[in-house]
Amino acid sequence: MKALIHRVPRHGRDAGRQVSFRIRTRTLAVCLALAALLLVLAFLSLTAGRFDTGMTDVFNALSGQATGKTRMIILEWRLPRMLLAMLLGAALGLGGAIFQSLTRNPLGSPDIIGFAAGSHTGALVVLLLFSGGYYATAFGALGGGIVTALLVYLLAGTTGQQGFRLIVVGIGTSAMLSAFNAWLIQKADLEMAMGAAFWAAGSLNGLGFEQLRPATALFCLLCLPVAALARPLRQMELGDDAALASGVTVRRTRGLLMLLGVALTALATATAGPISFIALCAPQIARRLVGASSVGLFTPALTGAVLLVLADAAAQHAFGRQLPVGIMTISVGGLYLLWLLIREGRR
Amino acid sequence: MTDNQQSQLEAQSVTLGYGGHIVTCRDLTLAIPPGSFTVVVGPNACGKSTLLRAMARLLVPNEGQVVLNGQDINRLKTRDVARRLGLLPQTSTAPEGISVAELVVRGRYPHQSFLRQWSAADEEAVRSAIAATNIADFSDRPVDTLSGGQRQRAWVAMALAQETPILLLDEPTTFLDIAHQIDLMDLLERLNRQGRTIVAVLHDLNQAARYASHLVAMKDGKVIAEGHPGDVVTQEMVKAIFDITCVVIDDPVTGLPMVVPAKNAHAEP
Repeated sequence: MKALIHRVPRHGRDAGRQVSFRIRTRTLAVCLALAALLLVLAFLSLTAGRFDTGMTDVFNALSGQATGKTRMIILEWRLPRMLLAMLLGAALGLGGAIFQSLTRNPLGSPDIIGFAAGSHTGALVVLLLFSGGYYATAFGALGGGIVTALLVYLLAGTTGQQGFRLIVVGIGTSAMLSAFNAWLIQKADLEMAMGAAFWAAGSLNGLGFEQLRPATALFCLLCLPVAALARPLRQMELGDDAALASGVTVRRTRGLLMLLGVALTALATATAGPISFIALCAPQIARRLVGASSVGLFTPALTGAVLLVLADAAAQHAFGRQLPVGIMTISVGGLYLLWLLIREGRR
Repeated sequence: MTDNQQSQLEAQSVTLGYGGHIVTCRDLTLAIPPGSFTVVVGPNACGKSTLLRAMARLLVPNEGQVVLNGQDINRLKTRDVARRLGLLPQTSTAPEGISVAELVVRGRYPHQSFLRQWSAADEEAVRSAIAATNIADFSDRPVDTLSGGQRQRAWVAMALAQETPILLLDEPTTFLDIAHQIDLMDLLERLNRQGRTIVAVLHDLNQAARYASHLVAMKDGKVIAEGHPGDVVTQEMVKAIFDITCVVIDDPVTGLPMVVPAKNAHAEP
């Protein structure tokens, strides 16, 4: 009997201790590998750019020994951008994981079911009609996301149980909102429209510490309740009845998690514009790496960070000229979405 | 767990329905005898599953209340309720790719917390639930690759791992062949003898009569009869509840009543 149970999940040893966890060795290994990969990518992206810098320059800059132009380029231009890519990638991965888990469907991610488009609309309205700054735009993105989430839920039926209906309604809503967003930009004053259109492609270009600081603070603030709700979220994958029977306050937990998921998506949208497909792909990639039915939230967040750092590096350097990172993710992610749709259609 | 004080469950004049206007039960009162093996029977749409859902606080009564150990179940913390009362839902979908053992582990949810996610007690409960349902042989296989019978036993194991003094089951034998039905009913009987209160909704009248210590017959959202199967299962009662003509004989094995429908037993009007 003992052997059987031991083949089950790997357990942290415990003998009546107050704090104890169960961690699968493979999950741990995957997380460590992802973290290592992230560090390497981060380091490499600090070395790359039009201004020639090598490994030594980066080391010197990070340890405070570099001076002048090298220091400015690495610490003030590249570093905040790289950190933002990590942070927003993690936020998108986390938001995607929350919604895919809530809808029990790999298509149920915020960028597919319209919440990202809604955040975009909210931000555009604030930008174009009220010429708002960063905080106002962030607030607009959050508001737009929440209103869209409510709208999609109302249209899909109130129970929130029918994952597939929600997704179909969400895709429709997303398309309508995208059209509306394009119209908003068309109607705007030329100069503002140029700015908004650039932002609308989703880019980390030109972002620095003044965006990194509030984004980090917001992200950390959102992560606390998300961490606390990770366990009930996992239990809700069993379906509402089974989750409630085992002691989850299903309705309240779902409402809170939706709010947090929308907020995480809106955070990324408000900072860098809409970056699609990270939220869709990261949780699924994480799932395949970990090889378990439930990947938790930490692995998708890490995967999202790796993906966005990678995508941003490719967008900056792979084509000889700077592209918005949103273009990169939409091209690669689009192929993935196509594959996913075909697979889901066959089931 | 043998303490009967821990397992008093009662529906007090509940009116149950969905969406406010569709009422399935009106002013229904039913007390589950502590320590009993209670089986609820009745025709389709008689409200038996609805009643079970209300007793498991999945459905909030429009009027009246469900009382667990003297307190309104919907006012208790849902986690506290989950330590005293478990449920096997009628239909359940396992997350894609989840292994049997991992599913059983999820039954420990109400006994765990953010900081204390795994304990020796959890491990012991999971082990004994796996042993009791005889699923050890395939405990590391994904649930979605199992047969209907194996899958149902995995879900039962999850409910068992919750270690509650009261266990509610909504048509637990539906997807099982006769051998697995007997396995499951024998398991429930064993759990009942160990002190758990069992409440099951069943379709098979003979199975109900054979295993129940307390039989509840429902029709049109009302309790028509309740008591020992020997008193409840009579020719008249079967006619009144299911509208079928039958002969009730003594089960040659147990001596309990056994229903044998007559030819053309259900004459359409």
